[in-house]
Amino acid sequence: MTQSAAAGQILVEDGPDIPEPAAVPSRRRRVGRVLQDVIGGVIVLWGAATLTFLAVHLMPGNPAVSYAGGVASHPSKSVLAAIIKEYGLDRPVIVQYLVYLSNLLHGNLGYSVSEQMPVSQVIALNVGPTAELTLGSLVLAWVLAVVWSLLTVRRGRIISSIGSGLEVLAASLPQYWLGIILLEVFAFHLGIFPATGGSGLQGLVLPCFTLAIPIAGFLGQVTREEFESALEQPYITSAKARGMSDWGVRLRHALRHAVLPGVTLSGWALGSLISGAVIVESLFSRNGLGNALLQGVTQQDMPLTIGVVLIVAVVYVVATILVDILYQVVDPRLRSAGQ
Amino acid sequence: MPPAEQRNNALMTVTNVSSAIDQQPGIVRLGGRARGLSPGIVLAWLVVAFLVISVAWPGLIAREAPLAVDPAHPLQGPSLSHLFGTDQSGRDVFSRVVYGARESLSIGVAATGVGLAIAIVLGFAAGLGGRWADTVISRFLEVLFSFPSLLLALLFVAMFGAGVGSLIIAVGIGSAPGYARMIRGQVIAVRNAPYVEAAKVLGHPPLRIMANSIFPNAMRPLLVLGTLGIGQSIVWASALSFLGLGAAPPAPEWGAMLAAGRDFISSAWWLEFFPGAVIVATALAATALGRHLQRRLEGRLA
Repeated sequence: MTQSAAAGQILVEDGPDIPEPAAVPSRRRRVGRVLQDVIGGVIVLWGAATLTFLAVHLMPGNPAVSYAGGVASHPSKSVLAAIIKEYGLDRPVIVQYLVYLSNLLHGNLGYSVSEQMPVSQVIALNVGPTAELTLGSLVLAWVLAVVWSLLTVRRGRIISSIGSGLEVLAASLPQYWLGIILLEVFAFHLGIFPATGGSGLQGLVLPCFTLAIPIAGFLGQVTREEFESALEQPYITSAKARGMSDWGVRLRHALRHAVLPGVTLSGWALGSLISGAVIVESLFSRNGLGNALLQGVTQQDMPLTIGVVLIVAVVYVVATILVDILYQVVDPRLRSAGQ
Repeated sequence: MPPAEQRNNALMTVTNVSSAIDQQPGIVRLGGRARGLSPGIVLAWLVVAFLVISVAWPGLIAREAPLAVDPAHPLQGPSLSHLFGTDQSGRDVFSRVVYGARESLSIGVAATGVGLAIAIVLGFAAGLGGRWADTVISRFLEVLFSFPSLLLALLFVAMFGAGVGSLIIAVGIGSAPGYARMIRGQVIAVRNAPYVEAAKVLGHPPLRIMANSIFPNAMRPLLVLGTLGIGQSIVWASALSFLGLGAAPPAPEWGAMLAAGRDFISSAWWLEFFPGAVIVATALAATALGRHLQRRLEGRLA
């Protein structure tokens, strides 16, 4: 940025790094970048599929038995024979691998012994409640983090340090413990929300807060850092000198800079939310992918376990790509970075 | 929080974001914080002191044996005679928490050790093994990153069954990708440092350069990483125990205590509150001390 008066004018309007019109790259370049992301994502998913294939074959014992639900389920000879045929287990490993990949590509994730139905059906049944839970929590986490930052950043020493202290505390609360505390207080003592299951919004409140509070703590820490540095920028002083109110400055100029790193964090947050969903769904006895995964793990139902893990990997990779695209939309600087 | 600290915090917990944060322009350093002992650090040391005593001489603070039942006094609330109350068999929860420190901390330390060991191998191989090894390992890490840590750990438990041993390895494997990415970055930074350049110019053999210059310097952040990691490992290990996949009740391991207390969640809050609070305090103390250490080390290096 030049230090001319004209530049100062621009600073007030749009922040420090508005791209020159000529610097905005062609649509083709942007599509190219997205394509690159997608190809990278496909490679990662192929790696994930390979890893799960290796997982089953590195397991102690016979792969056919683990596909059939483990030793504990005492699979009969005919069941084992059917599985050996389906997965091609009597053929060379490389053929088994190709059969496995082709099954995955056709959406065939195998048969879940513990649920007595195809894994894809188990996932279809459970994906809705988990999506509700995780997306609701992500939105809630963002609302909490932004409101908390707006209220406490640069509000004098005491409020600011209380603000950041609570963020650190929130970020280090394990979901299993936080969920129990919320259950104790709001379900058992105050009786405001149902303790388990519960359909509709009422049943969603406590699980969502359980997942959202630690993530809001992380988002808040990063947002605070950016918020503080944004409030020191010349365009803020400029806006204030024009007579803009404190809230106006925060909402209109500082906030959008502050949320940028958090946008990238949302991809990570989704992964953390899915981990958390395993715990929260178990704690609140909710149906969902997390509970299905836990059932797969405890009952050694390998097709179910692997199916859920792979679906999560797909969701995670897609979310990362979406976040990357979103980031370019929110931050014009990145669009010209490739030039 | 100073920016370097924020950056490292992000690397620890939000590993896949680190590069984006590094790319950010001009984070302004907001005046150095006083180097003295802040109340947070004093608290953290107090927690550590409590844990050290619990591990070394649990009998010093615990009044009862961790498995001693007292059927006459089940599910009693916190009182002077039972600071944290009693469980369904009348066992003193405070004593169980104290004795449980040994198992919970061992699991946390061991899991962090496993994670760091895997990460050092991968990180060094990627950093020093040439472009091909770097590409393969980086892609491999990317694949691992597409599984959230807890899921990676769960996949491992599904393969090898529940239990303390597989819990340790599972949590170690779950945390390894994050460490590996950091160590790789560190190795690459050190590899291109002027003193390595100087050693090359002086004609030192590659193995000697690696042993004398690269290895010790790349390992420097390990102490901080390990301290921060132990807190995280304890939280994850407890999560797995809480889900019934780790230490089995009535072992006084903290996560197992939480799992056992779930049956009485509506009537006996202390069974869940206190073990959980100790886990949180331990994790917070590890984080606070890790960051404190980091500040001191950075101060010395600067």
